[in-house]
Amino acid sequence: MPLDPVTLAVIQAGLQQVCDEMDLSFSRAAFSPVIAEADDRSDGIYSASDGSLIAQGSRGLPVFVGVMQFSTRTIIERIAAGETEPPDEGDIYIVNDPYLGGTHLMDVRFAMPFYRGGRLVCWLSNTGHWPDTGGAVPGGFSASAISAEQEGLRLPPVKLFRKGVMNRDIWQIVCSNIRVSEQRIGDVKAQAGALMVGAERLAALMDRYGDATVEQAIAEMRALAARQMRAMIALVPDGRYEAQAFVDSDGVVDRPLTIALAVTKRGDGLEFDFAGSSPPCMGPMNSVRATTLSSVYLAMRHIFPDVPISAGAFDPLHVTGVAGTFLDASYPRPVSGCAAEVSQRIAEAVFAAMVQALPDRVTAAPAGTSGNFGLGGHDPATGADYVMYQISGGGYGGNADHDGLSNGCSTIGISKAPPVEIMEQKFPVLYRRYALHEGSGGAGRHRGGFGLDYEIELLRGEARASFVMDHGRFGPQGVEGGWDGALNRVEVIREGEVWVPPHLSKAQDIPLKPGDRVRVRTPGGGGYGPPSARDPAAVAEDVRLGRYSPLDAERLWGWQA
Amino acid sequence: MGGQVAGIDVGGTFTDLVLLDPVTGAVKLAKVPTTLPNQAGGVLAALDEAGADLATMDLIVHGTTTTTNAVLERNLCRTGLITTEGFRDVLELGRRTRPQAYGMSGRFTPVIPRDLRLEVPERMDARGNVLTPLDEDALRERVARLLEAGCESLVIHFLHAYANPAHELRAGQIARELWPNDHITLGHALLSESREFERGVTAAVNASVQPLLERYVGRLAGELQARGYARDLLVMNGNGGMVSARAVSREAVKTVMSGPASGVMAACYTGRRAGVGNLITYDMGGTSTDVALIRDARAPVSNEIEVEYAMPIHVPMVDVRTVGAGGGSIARVDAAGMLRVGPESAGSDPGPVCYGRGGTRATISDANLILGRLPASRFGQAAEAARAAMADQIARPLGLSVEQAAEAVLRIANTHMAGAIRMVSISMGADPRDFALFAFGGAGPLHAVALARELAIPRVLIPARPGITNALGCVVADLRHDFVRTLNRPLDGCDMEQVHAIWAAQQAEGRALIGAEKLALKGIRAEYSADMQFIGQTHLLRVPLPDGTPTREALQQRFEAAYHARFKVDLPTIRANLVNLNCSVIGERPEMDLRALIAPDGRRDLAGALTGNRPVWFGGGWQDVPVYWRDHLPLDLHLTGPAIIEQMDTTTIVEPGGIVTSDAEGNLFIEVGHAA
Repeated sequence: MPLDPVTLAVIQAGLQQVCDEMDLSFSRAAFSPVIAEADDRSDGIYSASDGSLIAQGSRGLPVFVGVMQFSTRTIIERIAAGETEPPDEGDIYIVNDPYLGGTHLMDVRFAMPFYRGGRLVCWLSNTGHWPDTGGAVPGGFSASAISAEQEGLRLPPVKLFRKGVMNRDIWQIVCSNIRVSEQRIGDVKAQAGALMVGAERLAALMDRYGDATVEQAIAEMRALAARQMRAMIALVPDGRYEAQAFVDSDGVVDRPLTIALAVTKRGDGLEFDFAGSSPPCMGPMNSVRATTLSSVYLAMRHIFPDVPISAGAFDPLHVTGVAGTFLDASYPRPVSGCAAEVSQRIAEAVFAAMVQALPDRVTAAPAGTSGNFGLGGHDPATGADYVMYQISGGGYGGNADHDGLSNGCSTIGISKAPPVEIMEQKFPVLYRRYALHEGSGGAGRHRGGFGLDYEIELLRGEARASFVMDHGRFGPQGVEGGWDGALNRVEVIREGEVWVPPHLSKAQDIPLKPGDRVRVRTPGGGGYGPPSARDPAAVAEDVRLGRYSPLDAERLWGWQA
Repeated sequence: MGGQVAGIDVGGTFTDLVLLDPVTGAVKLAKVPTTLPNQAGGVLAALDEAGADLATMDLIVHGTTTTTNAVLERNLCRTGLITTEGFRDVLELGRRTRPQAYGMSGRFTPVIPRDLRLEVPERMDARGNVLTPLDEDALRERVARLLEAGCESLVIHFLHAYANPAHELRAGQIARELWPNDHITLGHALLSESREFERGVTAAVNASVQPLLERYVGRLAGELQARGYARDLLVMNGNGGMVSARAVSREAVKTVMSGPASGVMAACYTGRRAGVGNLITYDMGGTSTDVALIRDARAPVSNEIEVEYAMPIHVPMVDVRTVGAGGGSIARVDAAGMLRVGPESAGSDPGPVCYGRGGTRATISDANLILGRLPASRFGQAAEAARAAMADQIARPLGLSVEQAAEAVLRIANTHMAGAIRMVSISMGADPRDFALFAFGGAGPLHAVALARELAIPRVLIPARPGITNALGCVVADLRHDFVRTLNRPLDGCDMEQVHAIWAAQQAEGRALIGAEKLALKGIRAEYSADMQFIGQTHLLRVPLPDGTPTREALQQRFEAAYHARFKVDLPTIRANLVNLNCSVIGERPEMDLRALIAPDGRRDLAGALTGNRPVWFGGGWQDVPVYWRDHLPLDLHLTGPAIIEQMDTTTIVEPGGIVTSDAEGNLFIEVGHAA
């Protein structure tokens, strides 16, 4: 007999609460800013039989939607095949191998079996972005890597904790292979601690409602989430919706990568066919299958935010045609760009296809790049080496109701950019400008939001600059007759000479001297609807506020002073 | 001394007053409609209704929503900004965010529009060294332009002014020569911390509400004076303390969100007198529910509150969190057949169906009515409409009876509210089971017992007058001044003499400010704390200190102990950073006797307090439940639920098995027992 809908809803809320508490515990106790401040982590509960997602924290980083079910499934399969040691109560496995259901190497997953009376009921798992896992460059984003070994230490699933006790042998191997290892113990304790908090809360939930009821609810929740997603898919008119999105280059070979997507509504499901996308690439802009699927899921969640994150919600979404493309890379293809950049291009393709079907619900393309600018050097004033990261936002796409947001967060992230004052306290740099990227919003009935325009001067010592960005060659797409948003533009100004990277949005180890400057203008969002349909008063307001020059306004909207 | 004291709180619908005579202990209460846009009308009407004699009155403490409303409705004064060259868009760019984790849309309107944000050549580095001197001619020209553009107030906000305010101070001096009024805010003066967006927004909000508050308070003080009031008018701040009306508009931003802060102060006071120092306040209104976590009868204060999306106000404020559902939250069955409650709300207009004001969608209040938790007699015809809405919208699609549907709505609402309260609690490092639930607001006592059971909170405290808690907060609030100074250095590199000197100076300044108020006080105390972190971390932990002269080792040890208590992690090899030095100086007001809040006469025995019985739905069936009139309940009360306790301003539901007692000040304590 099925559970009554109220009990089901209450247990669903309870499982969600367990995951939210894991998220909170992880962030609050973590040491690295990338987790503590930027929330670059996620926690969830996974089925014991096939690792499928039962519930995931609502405060997790969007790019991790659905990823851990693939790594958990791999662990289960490897245990069954005798390749990985079988679990015991209190064990925690560590794994970061992208090809075994992951993202890039920096996203390190922990997985813990959850028992009741000696019986394995489910898995708890979490992912945290570690600041470093070794490899050619600090932080792991090597724009010119051509194999996985250059990107860092790769761990298959192994037990970092045995029956609650850390395996110091494995820990020492990890520490010997990563930078600034002495601070990582704080993150490891936080990451394992979050799983323990989850186990405690889940046990309390099962004590309260009974094991059988909770397990029945878990089974029914999958069907329920599928129903919820199908109810949303019912809004999509029957048809086939095609779209493309382009990655500027892979960072090594200066040639665009194509994501070709056709979304077809079949019955009450959606098929996402990526056949025709570019083959695997030389540089680090490959994606692994788990990341590709997760990118489709996160894009759909942006479109239907009410559907809970669970394997059932993904059941009606069928992804095909990725085999043989750069969206399904295997060892040893480098993949550091998949979580931060390729994932956002995949989401852009999904938006561009789905907006044709649901023009009132989906926006034009957002800036869709994490805007990673890394600067590494030596500061003679402190006598120490440093690595600085500047992430930046961009404009969001216009939509049926209003203009796009300016300087929004990346599609796949939720982290804030650091303040200029903090950056100048920590690093030998001076910001000359931190401003609106004027004119960058794509023209339309509702224009795109504006990107960012910043310029940084190196004050002391020598340094090397690296860039992992995108949309330098193709602006975020306008839709329904709207124009594309402005391109990402990187300029390095050395001794007064402006140098633009050949790959436009990607470059590595560009030497800088004191007085040299880096200027970055991030993309604006795509416009929505034809510019001619824009309210003339809104155009006049944008000109009055200096967001567009009079000349641009005349060219884009036929504005007259 | 010895004259009457009035606390007056302006809420969205009503203006509430508590008038206390410290000599006789007599209390008068008044509730009148709030008047907008000029709230002074309601304030004076409330004083009239209570029959206050303004000529002999000692003190009026006023909580106003003037600035809160102005901020939330963006009804701000025309304000100009002058900032460092290259940085005028900081207020519009924010920190690279979106309103929700999922959904790629959203809107944001900067506090000051782009054409009123001007730049001037000047630059400090992060250590406070001048890189570019202030261009004074350019500054004069910018000031003139903003005046010409019709600005009423002005913000001067320069990069790294927290490290060296010289340029802001000089610019302020020049601007004052040209500006026709006092409405000039210097960024560093309100908040001397790094983070240019947060400091800039705080300053911009201050400037853009300052003229409004000054006009309002000036008008009210004038009216009071005309009616013979000779003393100082005091105004509530968002930090739960009060300041003189003469000084309040200089730091007008500090009055934002003062309403919820008053409620928390009243809870602290009530809890302390009742011997219950650890409380979770639970204030459920029509559209939302506010929650705060009180430890040792002290209000939680945070310097990092975001009052709405991308609107950080970084001055000390009582940390009150909004956790979602209110009585007007709408229930619906979604396309997949799941019951959902909120986040959509019918608010107070049109409101729940049972209000009979045109609402058509079933809400939490309608569910309470259908289950007999609210008296049907109060709603007339609309009660039937509420039943019909619940039947059509919830019961039929789920195959439940109307009562089962209403019960399901409450169960879902309570589950989500409990989850949200739990998250607030654990995000502050506290286990809700160690607290009592302090329920107030119109709907708080309706849900409190069920919610406490959900949270495994053992005890609920319902104050004598749940409906006027904010006004009571005004009467009992202390004078308070908060100081923050950023050091941001490794503890091992700090000059401890300098650290002690900063705390001593903060303390002295606070005492001087409080001394200037010429108010009868029980005493003045200073509370010290340090915001610290392990080197390499970014988030801060507040470490309370017993005094302002700790040794370096004592600071490290206290920090490590606080860190362990919060995160259960020891990191013995890592040293600490000392980030902020905080000091709050508090002028403690004389103790108020709360016994006066309850009707001294009219107490009867339990049978005498019984007004009748009515059927109420609990746990799947109707029960005949006794209804008591709270003012008649004996003070040595002991009763076991189910029961309903009604009073003028709220209804308390005692679920079956709950045990109710009372104290001499009329507080109800409910031991909730276990969930059925």
